[in-house]
This record gives sequence, structure tokens and C-alpha cells, in this order.
Amino acid sequence: MKKIRSPRQKKKILKIRMAAAALAAMILVLTAVFAEAFAPNDPYKTSAALIRTAPCREFLFGTDNLGRCVFSRVLVGARTTISATVFLVAVSFLIGTIVGMLGGYFGGILDEVMMRIADVMLAFPQMVVAIAVAGILGGGLAGAMIALGITMWTGFARLARSHTLSIRNEPYIEAARLCGVSPVEILGRHILPNILAPVLTSALTQIGTTMIGISGLSFLGLGVVPPQAEWGSMISEARAYIQIAPWAVLFPALATILTIVVFNYLGDAVMEYREL
Amino acid sequence: MQIPMADDYTFFRHRRRDQYVINMMRRILLRIIQLIFILLILSFLVFLLMYLAPGDAAEKRLMSQGVAVTKEMLTAERERMGLLRPFFVRYGEWLFGVLRGDFGLSVKDDLPVAPKLLAGLKNTTALAGGSLLLTLLFAFPAGILSAVRQGGIPDHILRILSFAGNSMPNFLLSILLMYAFCVRIRLFPIIAEGGIEGLVLPSLSLAIPMASRFIRQIRAEILTELSAEYVRGMRARGVKERYILFGNVLRNASGHILTTIGLQVGTLMGGSVVVESIFRWPGIGKLVMDSITARDYPVIMGFVLVMGTIYVVINLLTDIAYRVLDPRTSTHA
Repeated sequence: MKKIRSPRQKKKILKIRMAAAALAAMILVLTAVFAEAFAPNDPYKTSAALIRTAPCREFLFGTDNLGRCVFSRVLVGARTTISATVFLVAVSFLIGTIVGMLGGYFGGILDEVMMRIADVMLAFPQMVVAIAVAGILGGGLAGAMIALGITMWTGFARLARSHTLSIRNEPYIEAARLCGVSPVEILGRHILPNILAPVLTSALTQIGTTMIGISGLSFLGLGVVPPQAEWGSMISEARAYIQIAPWAVLFPALATILTIVVFNYLGDAVMEYREL
Repeated sequence: MQIPMADDYTFFRHRRRDQYVINMMRRILLRIIQLIFILLILSFLVFLLMYLAPGDAAEKRLMSQGVAVTKEMLTAERERMGLLRPFFVRYGEWLFGVLRGDFGLSVKDDLPVAPKLLAGLKNTTALAGGSLLLTLLFAFPAGILSAVRQGGIPDHILRILSFAGNSMPNFLLSILLMYAFCVRIRLFPIIAEGGIEGLVLPSLSLAIPMASRFIRQIRAEILTELSAEYVRGMRARGVKERYILFGNVLRNASGHILTTIGLQVGTLMGGSVVVESIFRWPGIGKLVMDSITARDYPVIMGFVLVMGTIYVVINLLTDIAYRVLDPRTSTHA
């Protein structure tokens, strides 16, 4: 028999879940920010004597093919992966929200043009476009981020637009307009706070997917340029000798999975909470 | 007020149905015209991207032949490759070539691009088909079970599994599967050079994340449908639960599930590039990765164009199927 819970109880459980996920995400972000302080060894220092050492006290996660400390590299790699993801989602969110709000509020030809551009962008498979663009731009983290961002902002733009459309004729907006409040102020002070929550939630749920995208491109050699530490490229390098030193693949892999799980869980919890 | 006769009613009814079919046709036609425009834009963007790309194809070519490049040779080569003509002339020529099935010559080995793409596409289709089959075989029963026994133990386990699968990048999954089944237990060959047994692990790597997404989607759709009024009505009338589920609920949920399949095709395409280059499956994804390394632009252009076309067409087809399955969508919009 399934347990029956009142909405209030459900809300409480979701709140706890949200808090736990937010805490875990905070810890990850802090680890990424202060990676260098936590790292026991220099993540870029190679050593011929210590090639592919199994995990031990000095090298918690062992060493890789060049004798670099995998633990330190995982920590520093966290910063690369997490900051690139958050930055990309934030920029897409910003552009998408502004475009969507402008289009939804003013309508007309501006709206038409922007939404048609978004349609075209949405008409193509994201990863295919990203691979082609990153491949042509010739690697580099910036290239990978541009490649993923080209299609990403459209989702936010559509969401922001539809929410703007649904409130643009509300009495309080009409009132503000009649009082002669400038459009910029109406958008910033009346519309933005009201559409922020759903768009922000959507941004939160995008973090996990984006992280998969960025590390996937890095894995293919289209993202981060070695020797910079990044999980995807670390896994890609180390998989050649996975039979001899599985730890060099396993630990960055675990870190990737853990991070994506935490951010996906956070996104899900916030979304469920809002839907309740 | 004149009361319409019985004949008028039938007249109106027929007219309405005709109107419905006409509306549908018109909508589909409109979508096809839209699709042609979108493909034109795609082709233009692809060409523009290649035009702006760093590196000179002529120089690349001469360098790969291992001769010392002089300025005169470079100009001659550019002339020969047609790189000196205006942008729009080149675009037009390329586009007409593509329409005739001619994607140009590969920079790497001077062989035509089209057969290469076709061969890759065949293998990729096998891979995609295999993983889609695996996904549906697993996700449908699992999703239905999860929804019908909501809150039960299988539901909890499936939800955790699908959450984990959804958070797993497929390159990681591929490597972990490879490590488990090729290195630890020597069950499958590491390099998948054709053949069915080479197809198992790559399809599995693609199917697991996709199935996870499907289970969640199917579960949610069925749960929404189960809470509808008509289900309650049927239950009150004593209709068998099995009949309600398979006769009505699944049928009504199928439209949304179908749309999900259409949208997943894009993810599948991206994923196949990764998985193919890990397992060395000779599909179009591996081809494009090799071409990116070699800066073989005609192949990359062909890849994007072919994949984009397939994606757009599949989405159009699912859209049409969705409208046929759920006629409400075309009367509303």
C-alpha cells in the first residue's frame, strides 16, 4: 500500500532534499574554488620515477602515465569543469532571458526575428552542431563553450518569452505603463522578478547536461587542451593504459559522476518543489 | 429561427471531417516548406563556418604531400581547387552538388565524400537501431511497472537506476563497460570491427542513458493519464485494470512518448560520435572525428548536413504521427 502524505509533509521532505543537495553542491563548488589549497601535490609536476603508482598514502588516487598525482589533478580538474559549466549556463541564461523578455514584452518584428533564429537553432541536434563547431574552431575550452552555447540560449529565451507573454497584460504592469514608467524599469522591476523563478529552475536542471556536454567534448579532444587538468580529457588520456592503471580512469570518472548526480538531484528537487 | 433538418446535420458533420483533413494537409505542407527553408539555412551556415575556418585547405593539401610549399604552388593549387572564386559562387556550386548527391572530394585522399558518408551512415544506423531497440524493450515494461506499482520496491529501484543512468555521460559508460567486459571478463572484443558481437557494448552504452530518460518519461505520462477522470469512471464500472491500462491509458500516453523518441534522436546522434570513436565502430561518427583531426572539411560539412537533415525529417514525421494519434492538437493550434 502506498503511503499517503499530505502536501505539507511532501513539501517538508522536498525542502530537506533540496537543502541536502544544495549543501552537497556548495561543497563541490567550494572544493573547486579552493582546489589548489586542498591538493597535496602539484597537479602538473611530472615524475619519471613515479609513473603509474597505485593509490597509496602519498598519492591517494595513484599517479598517471607521467607520474602526476591523480588526486590533485581531480581536484584542480573540478575547477575547470565546474567553472566552465556554470559560466556557460550563466551566460546562456542571461542572453536567453534578455532576448526572451524583450521579445515577449515588445512583440512585433523583433520578437518574430529572434524567435525564428531560435527555431532554426533548435532545429538541429545540439551535440552534432557542437562537435562540428568545436572541431572547426579547433579545440580549446572557449571553442567548446561557444559550440554548446550556440544552441543553449534558445531554451531560456523561449521560456522567458512565454512567461513574459503571460504576465505582460496584468493590471499591475498596465498600471506601471500608464504611470509612465519606462520600459526598461518595467522589465527590470516588474517582469524580471516574476519570471525569474521558472527560468532559474530550468538553468539549474541544465547544469548536469551541460557538464556532460563539456566533458564529452573534452574527452573527444575538442575541449580542454592538455596538460590542463579536466576530467573528460584526463579520462581520455588514461584510458589508453586502463589495463595497467585503472585508477587513473576510475577516480576522475567517479568525480564526474558524483558531480553530475549532485547537480541533477538539486535540479530535480527544486523542480518538484516548484511543481507542488 | 429555422431548425436544421437531420440531413443538414450529416452535411455539416461530413464537412467538418473534410475540413479537418484539409487543415491537417495544409499544416503538413506548411511544415515541409518550413523544413526546406531550415535546411537551406543549415547548408548556408555550414558553408559559412567552413569558409571562416582557420587553416587553408590548399596549403594543408600540399603540406600533406610532403613537398616544400612555394607561393606559386600555393596559388596554383588554390586556383585548381577553386578557392579563389567568390563566396556565393562556391556556395551555389557546393549546394547544387549536394542536391545531386555530390558532396565533393575528401581533402585527405581525393575520394568522393558521399560514398564514405553512406558507408558510415549504414553502420551508424545499425548501431542506433540496436540501441533504440534495447531501450524500448527495457524502458516500456520498466516504465509501466514503475507507474502501475507506484511507490513499490521495483518503482524505487527503477527510479534510482534511471536517475543514475541519466547522470552518466556515455563516454564514461563506454569505458566502464569496456573495462568490465573486455579487460576483466574477456567476453567481447575491444575493437568492434563490424559484426553483431561488436555491436553489443556500443549499443548498450547508448541505450542505458536513453532508457533512463524513457523510463522517467513513460512513468510520468502513465501516472498523469491514470489520474484522469475516465480511468476512475472505468474502474467504477468494473472494467478490468488490464484493459484500462493497455486499451486506453497506454494509447493516450503514446503521443507524448513518441515525441520523446523523436527528440532523443538528436542525443543519439551526438552520443554515437563519442561511442563510435571509443569502440572504433566504423560509423559516421568515427568518420567525422577522424576528419576533424585531419581538417577534412568536406566530410565535416557533409556530416552536419546529413545529420541535420535526418534530425529535421524525423522530427517532422513524429510531429505528423503525433497529430494523427491525438487529433486535439490540430484543432487547437
